[in-house]
Amino acid sequence: MERIPILRMGDFLLVTIQVDMHDELAMTLQDDLSDRISKTSARGVLIDISALDMVDSFIGRMIGTISGLSRIMDAQTVVVGMQPAVAITLVELGLTLPGVITALNVERGMSLLRERVQSE
Amino acid sequence: MNVLRSGTQAVRIEQDVVLARQTARKLAVEAGLRLVDQTKLVTAASELARNTVVYGRGGDMDWEILEEERRKGLRLTFRDQGPGIADMKLAMTDGWTSGGGLGLGLTGAKRLVDDFSVESAPGQGTRVMICKWT
Repeated sequence: MERIPILRMGDFLLVTIQVDMHDELAMTLQDDLSDRISKTSARGVLIDISALDMVDSFIGRMIGTISGLSRIMDAQTVVVGMQPAVAITLVELGLTLPGVITALNVERGMSLLRERVQSE
Repeated sequence: MNVLRSGTQAVRIEQDVVLARQTARKLAVEAGLRLVDQTKLVTAASELARNTVVYGRGGDMDWEILEEERRKGLRLTFRDQGPGIADMKLAMTDGWTSGGGLGLGLTGAKRLVDDFSVESAPGQGTRVMICKWT
């Protein structure tokens, strides 16, 4: 079965979405991530969506769910690299991703994660 | 208004949603839409294609590249023979869903395009048309 790879880097998990995701793939990622957070006791999750040229309500909801479930599993999620056209479209669609922490790029996302984990 | 090119694509299974938005992107580029408008149209197409599969039990997407005076446009029509929409007013309400979604599909798609129309009746299937102009 097709899967999106989840990489481990110290206390953090890294996910780079590089394919046009169908709904089942999004659901699988959600399940895989919660599983990996629990197995690795990861403190943070970084999701890079810079390669996504569109985010619809289904993918948006998945991002929100991952962020919420990681929070209750004691991990922070940061979503990085959203393309400007995608951001404009998401807001107009009515999806503002409440509670989801975002950063412009991977570098800023990583430092945000480190800060947040250290301050706890 | 002239139709420059047209075609139809099946929207039957979940994977077809991905194919529908890839086609929409390709055609939006061909029609000369700018990037933000391409993204809006592709996102609207994704929402409607998913509705066709999930609620309409599969159907088709018709596409037309249009030309009118000095502008070009891409029109997409999603057709299904599913159960139809019983209460259109409710279906066009933000946040209302008959399934497990966010209830943003139909209303969100409408906000993202220039022209929007929906025709449906119980047992008669659903037909949603969207269009974006340059």
